[in-house]
Amino acid sequence: MSISLLFILALTLPVLGIVLMVPAGGRWAREIARGVLLLNLIVAAKITAAVWQAKATLTYASGGWLPPLGIQLRADGLSAAMLLLTAFVALAVGLYAPKDFFVQRGEQETRKSFTFWILFMGVCVGMNVIFLGNDFFNLYVALELVTFAAVPLVCLSGRQSTLEAAFRYLLFALTGSAFYLLGVALLYGAYGTLDIGKLSGVVRPEPALWGAVAFMTVGLAAKTALFPLHLWLPPAHAGAPPAASALLSALVVKGSFFLTVRLWFDTAPEILNPRAGQVLGLMGAGAIVVGGVMALRQERLKLLIAYSTVAQIGYLFLIFPLAEESTALSGGMFQAMSHACAKAAMFLAAGLMAEVAGSDLLVDLRGVGRVLPLTASAFILAAVSLVGVPPTGGFATKWLLLWASFSAQQWWWTVAIFAGGLLAGGYMFRAAAPVFSQGTHVVPGISRLREWVVLILALAALLLGTFPQRPLELLAIGHPESAEVQQ
Amino acid sequence: MTTIFGICAAILVGLGLYGLIIHPTPLRKILSFNILGSGIFLLFGVIARRGSVDVLAADPVPQALVITGIVVAFSATALGVALALRLNTADQDQENS
Repeated sequence: MSISLLFILALTLPVLGIVLMVPAGGRWAREIARGVLLLNLIVAAKITAAVWQAKATLTYASGGWLPPLGIQLRADGLSAAMLLLTAFVALAVGLYAPKDFFVQRGEQETRKSFTFWILFMGVCVGMNVIFLGNDFFNLYVALELVTFAAVPLVCLSGRQSTLEAAFRYLLFALTGSAFYLLGVALLYGAYGTLDIGKLSGVVRPEPALWGAVAFMTVGLAAKTALFPLHLWLPPAHAGAPPAASALLSALVVKGSFFLTVRLWFDTAPEILNPRAGQVLGLMGAGAIVVGGVMALRQERLKLLIAYSTVAQIGYLFLIFPLAEESTALSGGMFQAMSHACAKAAMFLAAGLMAEVAGSDLLVDLRGVGRVLPLTASAFILAAVSLVGVPPTGGFATKWLLLWASFSAQQWWWTVAIFAGGLLAGGYMFRAAAPVFSQGTHVVPGISRLREWVVLILALAALLLGTFPQRPLELLAIGHPESAEVQQ
Repeated sequence: MTTIFGICAAILVGLGLYGLIIHPTPLRKILSFNILGSGIFLLFGVIARRGSVDVLAADPVPQALVITGIVVAFSATALGVALALRLNTADQDQENS
């Protein structure tokens, strides 16, 4: 299959799913979504294989129109890796979700069971465009698509608290994208093009560029929930149904982070002020500490996991002050990938445990591990990866970032990285302790498939760290400067 | 002329952001977002005008971008209003019960 067809399929398959779902109705939405997610994974795997074989960035000018007139799609190592990972996590969530969003035979179809799948497809297509897009305005539309699909996911249950969380999320996200659009306007005004490849050739160190990058970065940081713009995230991610939380926490926040990377590393790598990178790094370090401390204080498991997301997002932004080191970018992308697997596993595991215990209060979860051994082990595996114990993905991340901060002689980031590890150990212990303690719970009617899906996600987070060589080589394609990581 | 409109755009963006931060009620926040958006769209207009060449009165690309931007802002407003309405009815339910 030609690469152009693969690109087009990646962008159209989920939309096709939505088009089919509307006439087919809620009863068939689940089957259609599963089919689409499976095909989506195959397409992502094929694109990754093509990038891997070519060992180069692949591009496709849509409709044969070259930039600046047309819009180009592009897949380098970063996009291929994120594309594949997103498709994998999405399929796992799709296999897990049916219990909450399925219409039994003879039952009345509900709005929830129908809209979830449509929004899910919306998130998928938005993420795919973000990873393949190469034009800042095109990427703006993708970013908005993801937001419009993600906000209703928060308030699927329709409870007052979730509505408030969704509205707050919407306001942060809209302000964020308005700032992003403002930056896009400045870029176009100054350079007359929005194609990333073309821009990287013409940008100069001048106020227009600094203003544009500052606006866009602040906007994207608000959407990624970088401290101190994280206030919307915990209520939104904790209030959503477990499957939706997993999508939001594992995937959606990575989309805007990915654009920040495109902006800083691909558009204007040499001429951005290193001091601006220090500010972003400082916000990241703040996120690690504040997120960790807040997670320690939570009484509900889902809120604890949501605050842990705030902390883990902090690591992503440590790559900007260290941008000159080859391991920083790989470390950041590694964090995005291993966090996606681990956090999806955690939210889904929390969902299963809360189903058995009847609530997600930590005190109510006593002894859940005894009736759900598979889920509990998956939860621990994911926790161990987030804490950063070798040989997990979280460890590989921290090791790469530590390496970068030592060789850049910016030792202060290592303090944040170690403090984050300690705090993560603390709050994960708080979460895991009741699960493995004594308690009485009836044996639940939870399907094995859902438990296995959670375990596979957690294992993926582990395997990323055990065999990091291949993913690192993939990430380096198209980014020669981040190529070799010393053995 | 474009400078005046550029300054107007900047003022609109500032007003919108100010309103978005200080107004507590949902509807006013949504309106503020729209003012912020209008400022950005006006800026696109300024950029289009500055890019004019002899045959074209304005660069068409920013105009095309603005149309898409308006559609997106319209959907965002619709979503925001829908959420605000649901919040309102949920509030009333709570008061009644």
